[in-house]
Amino acid sequence: MTVHRDDLGDKMGMWLFIFTELLLFGMLFVVYAVYRSMHPEAFKLGGDELDVVMGTINTIILLISSMTVAMSISAMQKGNKKLALTLLTITLIIAVVFLVNKYFEWGAKFEYGFNPGAPELLELGPGTILFFGLYFIMTGIHALHIIIGIALFIYVFWQIRKDKIHQTDYVWLENTGLYWHLVDLIWIFLFPLFYLIH
Amino acid sequence: MSEEKHHIVSYRTHAFVLLALLVLTGISVAITQLEMGPMNTLAAMIIAGIKAAIVLAWFMHLKFESRFFAFMVSAVVVVFLLVLLVTFFDYSYR
Repeated sequence: MTVHRDDLGDKMGMWLFIFTELLLFGMLFVVYAVYRSMHPEAFKLGGDELDVVMGTINTIILLISSMTVAMSISAMQKGNKKLALTLLTITLIIAVVFLVNKYFEWGAKFEYGFNPGAPELLELGPGTILFFGLYFIMTGIHALHIIIGIALFIYVFWQIRKDKIHQTDYVWLENTGLYWHLVDLIWIFLFPLFYLIH
Repeated sequence: MSEEKHHIVSYRTHAFVLLALLVLTGISVAITQLEMGPMNTLAAMIIAGIKAAIVLAWFMHLKFESRFFAFMVSAVVVVFLLVLLVTFFDYSYR
């Protein structure tokens, strides 16, 4: 018995989901743009407080992880299961490292009292409160996507090991890759808008 | 079984794409260290746009999929830009 499959339809569905994600983040970027235009100086000062080195490291490793997941799809298409699994593992490790960096970054911000509701932040005026509010919400939702990505990678890794995902049926891997590239796409815009303004 | 033909992107191509993305990241970090006022943000956004286009075309396979996918993505980008524009008209003329 052959089971009906529609890989194109599966991918189309994934893209539609990605569009809802783009609009979710897109509207946050609109909010950012409006508040920044109203408080340009406060946003610049806020941006100076962020760690450019840490942000750049996270940008670089996230780009590398995008390549490794894209390569793991190529490996799967060529039937190289072992390489596909290795590349997925590398991607997974990078995702965890990204979160660890984020933990230290956020930790430092909490220490300085930039977290929402901190008395030190409240004294700095509305522009700074908005900047750090948006910083925590946008990088927070982004980090949530990283966590979901990690869960997807673990599932896909397991499915490849069990040969449920294989050379002729790998749309799960492809869609997980698409999801991960979305996470990368959002970061490509988050990074300059928060870390590189001054 | 699926009968579609799949384009396999070579490891070499992926490596070159990553290299291009890293170079662009370096440029955007360097360029924003200069004092150019509002041009800083404009330059950073143009570079981010190029990076996004590269990720979409190669890593997300838009270059090798049916044109319809690229069309849909463009439509979403246009919707986003229109919302941005309309929001600014609203805020600028209050």
